[in-house]
Order: sequence, then structure tokens, then C-alpha cells
Amino acid sequence: MSSTVVLAQLLNGLQYGVLLFLLAAGLTLVFGIMSFVNLAHGSLYMMGAYFAATAFQYTGSFGWAVAAAMGGSLLLGLALEFVAVSRLYRRDHLDHVLATFGLVLFFNELVRIIWGSQPVFLQVPEFLSGAIDIGGFSYPSYRIAIIVVGLAVAVGSWLLINKTKVGMLIRAGAVNPAMVAALGVNIRLLNAMLFAVGAMLAGLAGAMAGPILSVQSGMGESVLITTLVVIVIGGIGSVTGAFYAALIVGIVDTMGRVFLPFMLRQVTERSFADAAGPALASMLVYLLMAVVLAWRPQGLFPANR
Amino acid sequence: MTSLLSRPSSWVPLLVLLLLASVPFVAEATGQTFYIAFFARIIIYAIAACALNIALGYGGLVSFGHSLFLGLGAYAVGLASFHGVGSGWVHLLLCLGACGLVALVTGAISLRTSGIAFIMITLAFAQMGYFLFVSLKNYGGDDGLSIALGSRFGPVDLSSATSVYVAAFVVLVLSIWWLARLRVAPFGMVIRGAKQNARRVSAAGIPVVRYQLLAYVMSGMLCGVAGLLLANLNAFASPSTLAWSVSGELIVIVVIGGLGSVFGPLMGALVFLGLEEVLKGFTEHWMIIFGPLIVIVALLGKRGIVGLLERFDARPTPEATTPAPVDDTATARHAISAAKGSA
Repeated sequence: MSSTVVLAQLLNGLQYGVLLFLLAAGLTLVFGIMSFVNLAHGSLYMMGAYFAATAFQYTGSFGWAVAAAMGGSLLLGLALEFVAVSRLYRRDHLDHVLATFGLVLFFNELVRIIWGSQPVFLQVPEFLSGAIDIGGFSYPSYRIAIIVVGLAVAVGSWLLINKTKVGMLIRAGAVNPAMVAALGVNIRLLNAMLFAVGAMLAGLAGAMAGPILSVQSGMGESVLITTLVVIVIGGIGSVTGAFYAALIVGIVDTMGRVFLPFMLRQVTERSFADAAGPALASMLVYLLMAVVLAWRPQGLFPANR
Repeated sequence: MTSLLSRPSSWVPLLVLLLLASVPFVAEATGQTFYIAFFARIIIYAIAACALNIALGYGGLVSFGHSLFLGLGAYAVGLASFHGVGSGWVHLLLCLGACGLVALVTGAISLRTSGIAFIMITLAFAQMGYFLFVSLKNYGGDDGLSIALGSRFGPVDLSSATSVYVAAFVVLVLSIWWLARLRVAPFGMVIRGAKQNARRVSAAGIPVVRYQLLAYVMSGMLCGVAGLLLANLNAFASPSTLAWSVSGELIVIVVIGGLGSVFGPLMGALVFLGLEEVLKGFTEHWMIIFGPLIVIVALLGKRGIVGLLERFDARPTPEATTPAPVDDTATARHAISAAKGSA
């Protein structure tokens, strides 16, 4: 096993990790401030991918595709917040789960009606279709671009949250929403805004993931569940936690899938390793979450309380 | 009898049960045997919803991973049958043992958390189960496992839809009876109390988490029995039984029926699967209607069908006019804010 394979898989893990972060950033804040469970976040990601694919079909420009994904999911997020979500904040988590589960079913069927049940293809933009040479091995430049965009969003959100007044309110809201509201801040407006920005980032993630995954109905679910794992590991309401946890989950999952079967083969019989390796690899992030929760129920990097 | 007639919330579900008892006879007589399998599915989902109702309705434990137990029950039959074991008693033992053990371990870990984290961790455990069975290539993996040998309990062989129907019906009646007893038993009182205010129950000297864990284990085991029956009905065990959407459907059934009520799971399953079938008749895109309906149910609140029926109940005696359990959410919210304040 050469070091280039390891490096390539590390980069793949990093790329998956930043995608997860794009989804987790908005979700964890809405979790933290309004303690709202949003299963429909994966649907926003899916809609973003479809918006991007459609815009790309008409304009042929990847820039427009990304813009359409972000704008479309921002508006969709605002609409969702206004129609359903804002009415549910005062309810308990069960109602959140129920309502957003209904929304997931709705959106999955909606894209099946509009775009059909066959996967839609989104091409890698021309200027990113090549590969970049990193220390003797080539790596697709599109995946590098995803990593760069993801890290840029991470830095941007860190600046927003830690260096601006709005960010201060967000942090305060995540720690004690009732107190912030009592101090005269319109916390519901703040949350509506966060919900919409989170939706926009989910749409961005969908557009970025479109060319490397297939754009189809139900694509949001598996990534949503992994995002929930990220948020719980990182500590609910903590964007920094979401960032570290996203990278950990992305890398653990990718590396596990590639190397776990090999490693098992070293220590056990081949037949057993072939059967157990993939099983264990796909369970790895959930095992990680169970271990983290059993050890630190508040997550690894909880918002300071 | 007049007192029963004045309470639609009791006689309507009992009438439904009576009608369900007649389904095999009517279907056999008219030759519409399709309906036996259809109503058997409703009954099996009602059993699974009864199971979830113990954890979710009585205990307030929002488990988003009960498909795990449904799947374990199904695979208890599938795996045993794959290895040539057709004895229903072995299937049942495997099912109860596996579900009990898994519920004990996952419950003990999950109950260390609460709120959102509890929902997420139960979901994660169900996903683990899902991926485990997907990657067991020897046992069909993604494609599932067809079951050649149904469960044989002595002379009773669950290989025909009618026999599964009868068995499921008996289990359902027993489950409902059990749920009714459990609701007012000291055990039920403790977990229902803990749902409203865990600190207060705890302050009364009751080890709350132990009670909740037991409720979770019992809930998982009953759900496993539903899985066992489902596998026999379909003659198939598939990883899709463990999909997260199945857990969501079970929650929807319990809530539609009426959270924490005795007959809620039955009514919920009847309406959920019935509506699904009716909508499927209109359009293949039935979920476009069904999804928003679920959202509306969530927005309207959660007294469910049984809550609706209770509105028509006559209230002859003063003590029967207990205030509607609207204020139990208020109490719970109070408890939550009290708990938050001290954290």
C-alpha cells in the first residue's frame, strides 16, 4: 500500500468532510438555537442539486448552476421556514420529526414528478475537468475545488460567527436563546435567517456534489443521516464542532471503506474479512457516534455553556 | 352496555377489531383473498406501533430506530430458515433474544442522552443494523432473503397468509390488552410520569432510567414479534425493513392514532395503510399528497384519531371530565425548562 494511495484517500475523505460541513453548519445552528430537528435539510441539498442540474442544462455555465442552486434553496428555505417550520418551534421534537419526515416524502415525490425517477446528470465544468499534480500523483481538480470552497465557507462562517455582531447573537442564541430573546433580540428572525442561510449552504453542497454523485430522488437521505451523526459528534449548536466532526467523519468513513477490509485480512481469515470488512466499514461512523455519545453525551466540542 | 355505547373512543376500535376478526371469513367466501394479506399487513403494523407506543407514547422516548427491531424479527426467521430450521419456537426464541439483547445494549447507551441526541442515536443504531444486513452478502445482502420455511408452531404453520392473519390477530388483541393493563399498572404510571417530569419521579426515589430501559426493551421485543410475523407474511426478509423511513412511518402511525392511547396504534395503522392504498389507487405519486398530510397532522397537534373520538364521548360523571391532556405538554415544557435552568 503506497503512500500516494493513502494521500489520495485522505483527500477524498477531506472532500467528503467539507461537503458534510456545508450541510452541518446551518443545521447545527438551527438545532442549537431553536432546538429544531430538521430532517428536511437533506431535501434542500437534493433540491439544490436539481436546481443546479436544470440551470446547467439551460445556460451551460457551471457558475449559473451554482448560483441557481444557492438562490433556489435560499428561497425554498425561507418559504419552508415561513409555512411550516416557524409554527413548530414551540412544539416538542416529536412534532419536528413528524413534520419534516412528511416534507422529505413530499420533496422526494416532487422531484420524481418534475425530473423523473432517472438520475439527472450534472457535468464537471470544463475548467475544472483536469487533474492537478500533487507531489507526483494526480488528483482531480474538481475535488480540490470542492475542498477549497468548503474550507472557504468554513473560514467565512468562523469570521461571521466570531468577529461580527450577528455572530455574537448567534453564539449567544446557541447558549441561551431565552435570555437573548429577553434582551430584546428578535431571535425568531435571527433563526429564520439562519435557517435560510443553512438551506443555501445545503443547496451549495448539493450543487458541488452533483457532478460526482448521481442527482436523484432520495439522494438527500443518506447524506442527511451522516450529517446528523456529524452534528451529534461535534456537539449540537457548535459550528466549530461541526467542522472538526465533519472532517473526522469524512476521513474515517472514506479510509474505513478502503482500508478496513485490507486490515481485517491481515488478522483474520480471508472469507471472514471479505464478509465482515464492508459491513464494519459502513457501520464505522455510527459506531464512532455511539462511542462518542456513550463517552461524552454532549459531543466532542459542545457550544460553551 | 350503554356506558360503552356512549364512548366512541372505545366502541369504534372494538368494532374495528370485530370487523378485522371477520376478514378471513368474508375474504374466503367472496374469493377476495388479496384482502387477507392486506389486512394482515395492517395488523402487523398495528402490533409494531403498539410496541413503539410503549416507548414513545407511554415513556416519551422518541425512538427513531424501531425499524431495527422489526428487521431483527424478520431476519430471525430469515436466517433460521436459511439454515434449515423451521421451528417457530426457535424463531421466536431467536427473535426475542436478539431484540431483547440489542434493545438492552442500545437502550442503555441511548438513555445516557435525551432530546435530539436520543432521536439521533436511535436512528444511528437502526442505520447500523441496516448496513449490517445490506453487507451480509451470504444472506442475500441488498436483495434480501427469501424464506422457504415459515415458522411452524407445532400444528400451526405460518406459511399461508390466512394462518399469519390469525396469529397476528391474536397477538394484536393480546398486545392491546397488555397495553391497557400496562397503562394503569405501577410500571406504566412510572414511565408516564417520567415522560411528564423525570426529575420529579426521580425525586420520589424511583430509578427512572431503569424503568425507561425496561420499557425500551419490552418495546423492542414486541416490535420484533411484529417483524417475525411480517417475514412470514412476505416469505421474505429484506434490509429495506430496517430502512429509516420505516421508523418514520411507525412514528407517524402512533401519532395519527393517538399518542399514548391504548387503541391508537390500531387506528393509526388502519388509517395510515388504508389511506396509502386509497391514494395509490388515484396516482402513483401518492406521496405528494401523503407527505403534506403528515405535515398537517404535525401542525394540528397530536391527540390523534382516538383523541378525536374522545370528543364525542359522553361525560356522565364529574370525575370522567378530566382536563384534556393539553396541559401535559405544558407540564413537560415546564420540566424541561426547569432542567435546563439548573444545567
